[in-house]
Amino acid sequence: MARYGMVIDTRKCVGCMDCVVACKTENQVPEGFNRDWIAYDTTGTFPTTRLEIRTERCNHCDQPPCVTCCPTGASHVEDPGRVVLVAHDECIGCKACLASCPYNARFVHPDGYADKCTFCIHRVKEGLDPACVSVCPTHCMAFGDFDDPNSEVSRLIASRRHHALLPAAGTGPRIWYLD
Amino acid sequence: MHTVSRRRFLQISSATVGLAETGAAAGHLAGQAAAAGEAERGVRKVPTFCDICFWKCGAIAHVKDGKLWKIEGNPEDPLCRGRLCPRGTGGVGAHFDPDRLRTPLVRRQKRGQEVWTAVTWDEALNVVAEKMNAIKAKYGPEAVALFSHGIGGTFLKHTLKAFGSPNTAAPSFAQCRGPRDVGFALTFGEEVGSPERTDIRNSRCLVLIGSHLGENMHNTQAQEFAEAVGAGASIIVVDPRFSVAASKAKHYLPIRPGTDLALLLAWINVIVAEGLYDKDYVAAHGFGFEAFAAEVLPFTPEWAYPETGIEPGVIRETAREMARYRPATLIHPGRHATWYGDDAQRSRAIALLNALMGSWGRKGGFWSPASMDVPGYPYPAYPVPAKGKVDNPGRKYPFATEAITTGIRHATLTGEPYPIKGWMVYATNLIHAMPNEAETIEAIKALDLLVVVDVIPSEIAGWADVVLPETTYLERYDELNVEVFREPFVALRQPVVLAPHDQKPNWWIARKLAEKLGLGAYYPWQTIEEYLEHRLKRAGMSLAQLREKGIVRGARRPVFYEEGLAPEFPTPSGKIEFYSAQLRDSGFDAVPKYKRPAAPPEGSFRLLFGRSPVHSFSRTQSNPILHEMMAENEVWVNASIAARLGLASGSVVRLRNQDGVRSDPVKVKATERIRPDCVYMVHGFGHTSRHLTRAFRKGASDAQLITRYETDPLMGGTGMNVNFVSIEAEA
Repeated sequence: MARYGMVIDTRKCVGCMDCVVACKTENQVPEGFNRDWIAYDTTGTFPTTRLEIRTERCNHCDQPPCVTCCPTGASHVEDPGRVVLVAHDECIGCKACLASCPYNARFVHPDGYADKCTFCIHRVKEGLDPACVSVCPTHCMAFGDFDDPNSEVSRLIASRRHHALLPAAGTGPRIWYLD
Repeated sequence: MHTVSRRRFLQISSATVGLAETGAAAGHLAGQAAAAGEAERGVRKVPTFCDICFWKCGAIAHVKDGKLWKIEGNPEDPLCRGRLCPRGTGGVGAHFDPDRLRTPLVRRQKRGQEVWTAVTWDEALNVVAEKMNAIKAKYGPEAVALFSHGIGGTFLKHTLKAFGSPNTAAPSFAQCRGPRDVGFALTFGEEVGSPERTDIRNSRCLVLIGSHLGENMHNTQAQEFAEAVGAGASIIVVDPRFSVAASKAKHYLPIRPGTDLALLLAWINVIVAEGLYDKDYVAAHGFGFEAFAAEVLPFTPEWAYPETGIEPGVIRETAREMARYRPATLIHPGRHATWYGDDAQRSRAIALLNALMGSWGRKGGFWSPASMDVPGYPYPAYPVPAKGKVDNPGRKYPFATEAITTGIRHATLTGEPYPIKGWMVYATNLIHAMPNEAETIEAIKALDLLVVVDVIPSEIAGWADVVLPETTYLERYDELNVEVFREPFVALRQPVVLAPHDQKPNWWIARKLAEKLGLGAYYPWQTIEEYLEHRLKRAGMSLAQLREKGIVRGARRPVFYEEGLAPEFPTPSGKIEFYSAQLRDSGFDAVPKYKRPAAPPEGSFRLLFGRSPVHSFSRTQSNPILHEMMAENEVWVNASIAARLGLASGSVVRLRNQDGVRSDPVKVKATERIRPDCVYMVHGFGHTSRHLTRAFRKGASDAQLITRYETDPLMGGTGMNVNFVSIEAEA
């Protein structure tokens, strides 16, 4: 069984937001909401400043609290890829999942359902990369199957030091950032 | 005080011209379904090229059920290699922008009041032609000048030449890349050009001086920058601000603003003194090296230290780092180079440093551009203007290679060397693009006619007598892009969707205006398709071919000396001019010399400005998608300084410059990413045009604060980083 995830090279990312724009147009994300975003981590004192730029989104966790807490089963894990999705017509917009997500990855769509990154599963099923990955001008993002040791994402995390976000939350995030 | 009589408003006529005419102009693709009277179903993909900036990336627009959906990069395009930048991806928003100009407008009240009457194209163009002819009768055709930016200005330039005026200028020269191109041409005999002929992807050591690639999102440049970073190239970044590029650097040099030339001379000094330069290359191609070497002798790292604040050890170490990787060491020439008024000489120093590395013409340095041979349309000969160009009388700026916008403005204000009475402005917001807004507005007041052709109601449109709404690039054919790049290609812009209102493409406007001026003979073609087909046929291609693919690539040729390209330096000596006799003969330094810039007065900060990856100039802030990515700018203030001033990130301040000009309120970004002696803003915000409803008064305008500028004596560029501001907390 496939287990989809992403590896993002923070050395290459320039924070241009093309991933955010591409998600918006691909998925017709309504004005005022985004399924992905850019985070800047600035540390140190000028001029010995350090800056990590990251493109962030739903981590499609291995143990997704948003799925566990959903009272209707709208939030669910789906194959291929064990991707965390929301069945719009089963969602009652109760926001339990919004509160449970350590990554703040969800919002309530104006049409009343919880919404977030889908890993562009509609594209993935057609053999395409998610929109954010396919558009990135710096080629800093890779998408693939962590259960396949020969996939690009598996090879990338084997090759470089990497970290996930908020590992202490214990949700098993599937987006890894190369240092 | 606000009273009803002072309220500005836009009166739009309810009677608009029918869509049918626009559709006919927009072309067959978009019109098909509409013509058949059926709703379009499914996904249609149309290759074209982008116009959100001037980079002209190949794009594939997707239309779903008749509605523009998304835009992706064209994999066939050598510029974007299938991946657009965020602005290109967000180009969808340009089509849907509710603020865009909809119909021709004729001014009703005082200039700048933004009150117009909506008129038909016929009426609008009659007014323009009538006034142009009146100016011609009284002052001669030269008295009408055109300011134009981007490929879309081609046809208006043609109409103006046919009218008899030689005066066409773009801010891209005297307000942007001019000094760089002049500095390189004085050294190598050739300009850097656009797209820059930099081989970033193969460079093993890349030096960026104030150039913030990644924030400055010129697609090919940013892509290759990431590629070089990924390949482990040694990156050296010189910037008063810890830019995104600086965060990728092995060496970050937080230079004192305005002292770049001192650093460059010190690097050159080390490389010459330690014999680290490419001796064979210099011996084979260099002119005047001995005299040059003697002149740079005093400029040691110890000399440069108190100027730049960069320690001598760091200067030596980075100089040696560059030499280690030569010739694949690229000291990037930058693009926006109008900083301090010594810019052509600073750019020449960058060129000289590259010459020492032997990187010009070499892999990892600079390629030699190639283009396909696509003959121009055989137009009738233009009338010979009775007067020369107005912008640079007596060749005051002897090394200017293009027209100087501020020179045209000066002539408009003074009537010298001859009067300018009409401005046509195409796709450039002069109020934000030229320094000293007050001077621009004074010049406008001296005009008999100001015509603005644009997509959005920019500030300059607010001052216009006649506003002509252009279709976006997604709704029109345009001039062919016969690109000059490391591999040659030709690209087509074609309509994807219909213009939503009564907008017209630039070629239609230019052609119709020519007709009204009695210059119809200059447009032997009836439709743009006919024009494009004619040009393409003569180059062995067809319009059908370009419509299908968007791009036709030519054969690759050698672009590096390593590939067999013969070195050629079209300078007076025929060699790389380490010592420039032509500069000496014109009374300038034959080898660049450093002059210390003025220090900020106590309590003031040097105002620096730059780019965001999600906006182009002041042209995209109302694009709903790009607006959402970045709605306002911030003023970057060093964290310690901010703390001392009692400010934190999010505090609202106004900036007051040395001439008492106060900015609109703007939020502070208190950060460890900038020196304490300067502040920084992203350019293009603080719109004062109230018809840009989303962008109106969001953030502050750096342009407003740039009341002073230092003119480059070589080429007339306007150095704009010479303004100082104090910070006033907003209650």
